[in-house]
Amino acid sequence: MVLPVQSVWLIPALPLLAAGIGALTPRGGRALAAGSAILAMAGAFVLACLALNGSLNSAAPLGSVHAVHNFDWFDLGHGAVRLGWLLDPLAAFMCVMVTFVGLLIFIFSLGYMEPDANFTRFFCFLSLFAAAMLGLLVANSLLLLFICWELVGLASYLLIGFWFHKPAAAAAAKKAFITTRIGDLGLLLGLLWLYDSTGSLLFYDGGAGVLESAALAGLAGHLLAGGLAASTAIGLLIFCGAAGKSGQFPLHVWLPDAMEGPTPVSALIHAATMVAAGVFLVARVYPLMSADTLLAAVPVHALTVVAFIGAITALLGALIACGQSDIKRVLAFSTVSQLGYMMLALGVGSWTAAIFHLLTHAFFKALLFLGAGSVIHAAHHEQDIRSLGGLRPRMKVTFATFALGMMALAGVPFLFSGFWSKEAILHAAHEWDVSQLPLYAGLLAVVLTAFYMTRLVAETFLGQPRTAPAAQAQENSAVMTVPLILLAVGAVLLGFIGTPACPWLQARLSGEPLHSSMGNFFAGGGLMFLSIVLVGAGLGAGWWLYGRQLRATAEARDPLVVASPTVMAALANRLGFDELYAATVGRLNTLTAALADGLDRWVFGGFINFLGMLGVFSGMVNRQVDEDTLNHGFDSVSESIRGSGRRYSRAQTGEAHGYLRVIAIAFVVLAFVLVLGGVR
Amino acid sequence: MSSFPLLTFLIFIPWMGVLMLASMPHAHPKIVRGLALLYSLSTLALGLLAWGNFDSAAPGYQFVEQHRWISLGVLNVSYHLGLDGMSLLLVLLTGLVAPACLLASWKIERDPRLFCMLFLFLQGAALGVFLALDFFPWFVFWELSLVPAFFLIKLWGGPGASRAAYQFVVYTIGGSAFMLLAFAAIFAAAGTFDFVELAALAHNGGLAAKFSGPVLTAIFLGVLLGLAVKVPLFPFHTWLPSAYAEAPTGASMFLTGIMSKMGVYGFLRILWPLFPAQLHAAAPGLIWLALGGVVLGAFAAMKQTDLKRMVAYSSVNHLSYCLLALFAVAGTGRLHVEASTAALSGTLLQVFNHGLSASALFFCVGLLEARAHGKRGLSDFGGVRTAAPVFAGLCGIAMFSSLGLPGLNGFVGEFLVFRGVFGLAPWAAAIGCLGLFATAYFLLTFWQRVFHGPQGPGVAAFPDLNGLELVTLLPAIGLMFVLGVWPQLLVSVFNPLVTTWVGSLP
Repeated sequence: MVLPVQSVWLIPALPLLAAGIGALTPRGGRALAAGSAILAMAGAFVLACLALNGSLNSAAPLGSVHAVHNFDWFDLGHGAVRLGWLLDPLAAFMCVMVTFVGLLIFIFSLGYMEPDANFTRFFCFLSLFAAAMLGLLVANSLLLLFICWELVGLASYLLIGFWFHKPAAAAAAKKAFITTRIGDLGLLLGLLWLYDSTGSLLFYDGGAGVLESAALAGLAGHLLAGGLAASTAIGLLIFCGAAGKSGQFPLHVWLPDAMEGPTPVSALIHAATMVAAGVFLVARVYPLMSADTLLAAVPVHALTVVAFIGAITALLGALIACGQSDIKRVLAFSTVSQLGYMMLALGVGSWTAAIFHLLTHAFFKALLFLGAGSVIHAAHHEQDIRSLGGLRPRMKVTFATFALGMMALAGVPFLFSGFWSKEAILHAAHEWDVSQLPLYAGLLAVVLTAFYMTRLVAETFLGQPRTAPAAQAQENSAVMTVPLILLAVGAVLLGFIGTPACPWLQARLSGEPLHSSMGNFFAGGGLMFLSIVLVGAGLGAGWWLYGRQLRATAEARDPLVVASPTVMAALANRLGFDELYAATVGRLNTLTAALADGLDRWVFGGFINFLGMLGVFSGMVNRQVDEDTLNHGFDSVSESIRGSGRRYSRAQTGEAHGYLRVIAIAFVVLAFVLVLGGVR
Repeated sequence: MSSFPLLTFLIFIPWMGVLMLASMPHAHPKIVRGLALLYSLSTLALGLLAWGNFDSAAPGYQFVEQHRWISLGVLNVSYHLGLDGMSLLLVLLTGLVAPACLLASWKIERDPRLFCMLFLFLQGAALGVFLALDFFPWFVFWELSLVPAFFLIKLWGGPGASRAAYQFVVYTIGGSAFMLLAFAAIFAAAGTFDFVELAALAHNGGLAAKFSGPVLTAIFLGVLLGLAVKVPLFPFHTWLPSAYAEAPTGASMFLTGIMSKMGVYGFLRILWPLFPAQLHAAAPGLIWLALGGVVLGAFAAMKQTDLKRMVAYSSVNHLSYCLLALFAVAGTGRLHVEASTAALSGTLLQVFNHGLSASALFFCVGLLEARAHGKRGLSDFGGVRTAAPVFAGLCGIAMFSSLGLPGLNGFVGEFLVFRGVFGLAPWAAAIGCLGLFATAYFLLTFWQRVFHGPQGPGVAAFPDLNGLELVTLLPAIGLMFVLGVWPQLLVSVFNPLVTTWVGSLP
């Protein structure tokens, strides 16, 4: 069975329906809201599998074919604004991942959110998110993608601020929305530019789409002032949006704060799916991003920027993660770092490796976040790893699955998915002919990743409990552990769909024929060996510092803090990015607002008040003259002075009269002049 | 249908309501309110009737009524009404917003009869502005709308209402006076007040031939000033924040929902068709003024601590998008059909959408004010969402509609405005983005400070929306969703008109 492209809209429509039901369900209707959300997600998963089946089995060569269904949204002049759906392996793989991981997280939330009073609202927002995310994946129009893009931002905003009575959560929600919106304005400008230069926003439209050769040739051939190709400029503007959503440097600051949301939200939105939307976007518009690669004379290629931003983010995120002590913040910075890897892969030319890593990361990072959620739930919302410890015997399933996720993320060789997808990225970076710097950054981040994950597991699970909440922790119910187990299975097995020996996923995505041979293992084998050594070094260092001699009390100082307190303080403070932005962008913002307000109050408002006073004054003079000439008596003069004084004190009355009188006289005079004088 | 004077009924039924209420001085307030609502709803009913019989493929005026009214020697005034896609859009908007304003004023205890009379008078005058095609009746409606607005603000407004009302009326009349002068000059030369004839004259160059260049420029500036104050165009907006803030909720809703549209309507109906060359020459400067409204309006809103003033400034910002698009179209040197079509369609959509969302936002602030016994400062609340979740949800929808969230109505209009402006003047679109950013910033600050966080003093006792309040708000909220997903509903009304406009561009 397959899902035809005309029906692809059903995949996002099911969760949207569930969101509608959830929005109208009163607070007490927990079963209805959660049940419809989970049923809709399960239905969407089945449909996504059918869609994948169809897109893999289509007769035409894969990758090159994009089954689309376009339609008019509304008329505009003689034409129309058009939207559409598309179905290709990229969209299908992503849909399957989002619906599967989403379904497991929905189920996990049944347990995790059970004590919350706003349980029904939670499932409504989760479904809204899923609908927007799936819509984003199947959109065949940059406009429709942008619409869904903003809606996932809205859902993220609502869910980060789900515990809105906490000021930190409310502030984090706003910060996330505003920071991503800065990137989105770039995306909007890129979209407008693309629309204006090609007259369409459909990706594929029988040769007339923006990602098809005619439009791309025009964009790459159009050189702007400074020698930049139009496609480069548009691509970089679109990348701004992707960087905001995917937490890339320098817009990464919102993602760690987003951890104020409930942990299932962090797992679904801020680890597995939404933050990967930026990576997906760049992969989706990859033909546009890479349209300038054949131009030799341009000052910069769009993808080069992407590669360097990704490399910086990968390294920066991993560095900061080493200095965090909140279990969710460590994972959040790890997400930043891993998203950097994906961008790096896109930038160096291997979008299939990026998507491979996106898919494996979704599984193991969702697993790690849900594991963290399981810990937090069991330890009465204690999130500081220094205060945990000793959870291994108390939470066996959580520990086992978390350890699997940790090894997948750290890139422990051969058995774990993260190893294969990270290898694919490093190999692509190695083959990049522009610069080897991204490769070095990626390799360094490999060591750091293995290091901070070892620290996280050692501090959280090993040794003895250091506080009462940790000591009282017990394993959670099956509704929370079964999703962990299923995700752990995925975190291990998923790697085997894209090993160098048989890169099935990459071949399916790109539509190129599959070259499977064991010999591929040894192509660039030195690099693989190096990265295995680096993983070992990171694990070893982590073990040496944190595992060999376990932390005794919650207050004991971290060995690295002892070694270099200033560096670790800077890392704990996230290298001061928030302070830097507050001092620059934030202050500029406040100043502009004060300037705008001041201009209004004092300059424009002041001028109008001056005019008003002029009117009052002329009215006063006018009256004075009238009364002086008509009544010569001293009494009447003094009376008139008193009267106009009174009038002056009631300034508004005078204002209106004076003004109107002047206007009336002027009008009569002018009318006479014009009519009698004969304007021809 | 041809002999039925539909447009006359549209304008004068609210005024008949005024007479009816005037004739029953001892009626019970409930009866007064009910009758007023009924008369106010007539606009919606007749507007829908007009829509049903509207030939949306035809760009010209329909349901035209034209009678000689005054002929005194040279003075030749006709009672000329007509309805095209733009007028229909505004009539429908009036039909939606005006009853909501009355419902929002349901609880007014002080002389509800006078309030309702003034309000219906205002409604009829606004409709007259949207339907009259001769300058003389048009200007009568235009000025008459000020009288009830003045008293509504002054008598039922807040503590600073007196001053705000005077400033509003004097400022607006000050602007209109120049417009009146300008039209007196036009009449003296052209011998007609009729917009249709004048537009035709302007189109074939006849109007310009009657004046020397500087005189025509002066006339253009006079009309521009009158309209610029009304919209308002930056920097002629300083009357707006205090007038909107001091007016009672229902009047604020009408001021922002309908009366600000009279100015935009004037730009499209009068200034642009009559003075295309002058507008073209002035457009490069005017674009900067519109951008000033977009950017500084939004940033000024960020600085406000009075929620009503904040929403008022956001109106400055939103209306400036409409003018930005118009100026970009009028000012561009090259013909860019797609971009011009998008810009003008965006303007009209924005007019309608802003009417819906800004009046809804003013209503929400009014609800907060009523619950907090007159307080409406940014920091007077906190945690309202816990006490009144439904209210918080609906207010949030209005807010996200206002900040242009896709899926709600505001996005489509703003997207088209930006699409058009980008095609015509890319740098202006880039600068305008700052306004989008600032709007998101201050609306989310509003939302965060008022609805989130720990509960402020007295907030725990806030009741959620009652039936009356739901009835007032829900139609607008529903339309926000409908128009966000299915903009074709409105676009079909004016698309032929916009196509004709663009077709007649030089």
